[in-house]
Amino acid sequence: MWTYANPTHFTALVNRLLPWAWGLTLAVLALGLYLTFFIAPADYQQGETVRIMYIHVPAAWLSMMCYSAMTLSALGTLVWRHPLADAAQKAAAPIGAGFTFICLVTGSLWGKPMWGTWWVWDARLTSVLVLFLIYLGLIALWQTIEEPTRAAKAAAIMTLIGAVNIPIIKFSVDWWNTLHQPASVFRMGGPTIHPSMLWPLLIMALGASLLFVCLHAMAIRNEILRRRIHRLTLLAAHASDRPANSFHLSDGEG
Amino acid sequence: MSSNLSPVLMSLFIREVRLARRIGGGGAMGLVFFLILVSITPFAIGPDLNLLARIGPSILWIAALLATLLGLDRLFQADQEDGSLDLLRMSQAPLELIVLTKCLAHWTVTGLPLIIAAPIFGLMLALEPEALTGVTLTLLVGTPALTCLGAMGAALTASIRRGGLLMAILVLPLCVPVLIFGISAAAAASDAVASFTSPFLMLCALTLLSLLAAPFAAAAALRALSD
Repeated sequence: MWTYANPTHFTALVNRLLPWAWGLTLAVLALGLYLTFFIAPADYQQGETVRIMYIHVPAAWLSMMCYSAMTLSALGTLVWRHPLADAAQKAAAPIGAGFTFICLVTGSLWGKPMWGTWWVWDARLTSVLVLFLIYLGLIALWQTIEEPTRAAKAAAIMTLIGAVNIPIIKFSVDWWNTLHQPASVFRMGGPTIHPSMLWPLLIMALGASLLFVCLHAMAIRNEILRRRIHRLTLLAAHASDRPANSFHLSDGEG
Repeated sequence: MSSNLSPVLMSLFIREVRLARRIGGGGAMGLVFFLILVSITPFAIGPDLNLLARIGPSILWIAALLATLLGLDRLFQADQEDGSLDLLRMSQAPLELIVLTKCLAHWTVTGLPLIIAAPIFGLMLALEPEALTGVTLTLLVGTPALTCLGAMGAALTASIRRGGLLMAILVLPLCVPVLIFGISAAAAASDAVASFTSPFLMLCALTLLSLLAAPFAAAAALRALSD
């Protein structure tokens, strides 16, 4: 496993696996969307709007999973000081912000017909909004600190501080009396959702997770390449600045 | 090491208070900013005294939050720039305690005047005596948490030249729980039905938790970013 923690090996592995991973992702997503729009029954109370759930719930799960992945990468940065963990952290933030945004927007679109309002300030919605703000703050932090290793450490500490919010989101519907319904899939005593709706939901969740893995792997690869270009540019500038001196290309890897 | 720790921290505390009083008027400026925020709001929402009395505690809390945070961006930056942060890191006291001492000094200079002024400014917002007591008590308990949370942001942005805005973006989402429980306790103080004790105790817990956790996070950030 540690072999693939080497950025070069990681890039090679991603290049080899990515076409297959994308094929699988698109197939699962296509199946999931087909089930969502044509097979899954309309709800007897909510009618056709229940189909928003098949986008909304996977996006909500992914917004939290992405933050958890970022927290693990942050530990990788702080404990093992590994450059790949830095890249994984940086790459996850915009993707997580994207999933959180989708979750908020679809939730809002679903809330208007069901609750009669676009937005309520209940605990679940507010804590997801705070998650979105934390993602934006992290992106701002990455963009402000120029030196990548220092930016990685700062972002790692901020990620760990913000991780307090994740259990609050998960359990907000149990701790407080919210308008948002409690969990109906992952709960003690089995899901309360009918199998004809559960299966499309699970397939969509699998598709969304695969989408996250593909996007994340591509973003990490881009980050590795970006750093390499940055380093080569610096070396080239250095060489053209002082042509008399020889320079060493073997200046350690990112 | 531990035997002569308190003189070190005491002299650091005195230095911080002295610096804040002599340079740039940190405390006084925070107070003026607080007053301006409180007096701007009635212009924005109109001089209806009933409405002001109802949202007065929230206005005071938001003003205190902004006044605390905006004064914090220089907490470590000034020391980073003139090199005294390196000296502090080399001192015999652990960096976590140094951070805590700096937070305490900062709170004494900027937070405490806000709390003393809050009842007076509350009168301008037509608050009842119970509401005045409630908002002052919650501010007294809650502002140390805001200072500690802000210190984490200040440590993360210490080496960034224009870090003030970034610090606010990082820290304000984390202040939401403090704000929620602070305001619900303050509002419950003048309400016969709602319970004052339970949100107030939650606020106390949040403050204790941030007093405990923030020095470690801020010290880790200072160490990580100055390597």
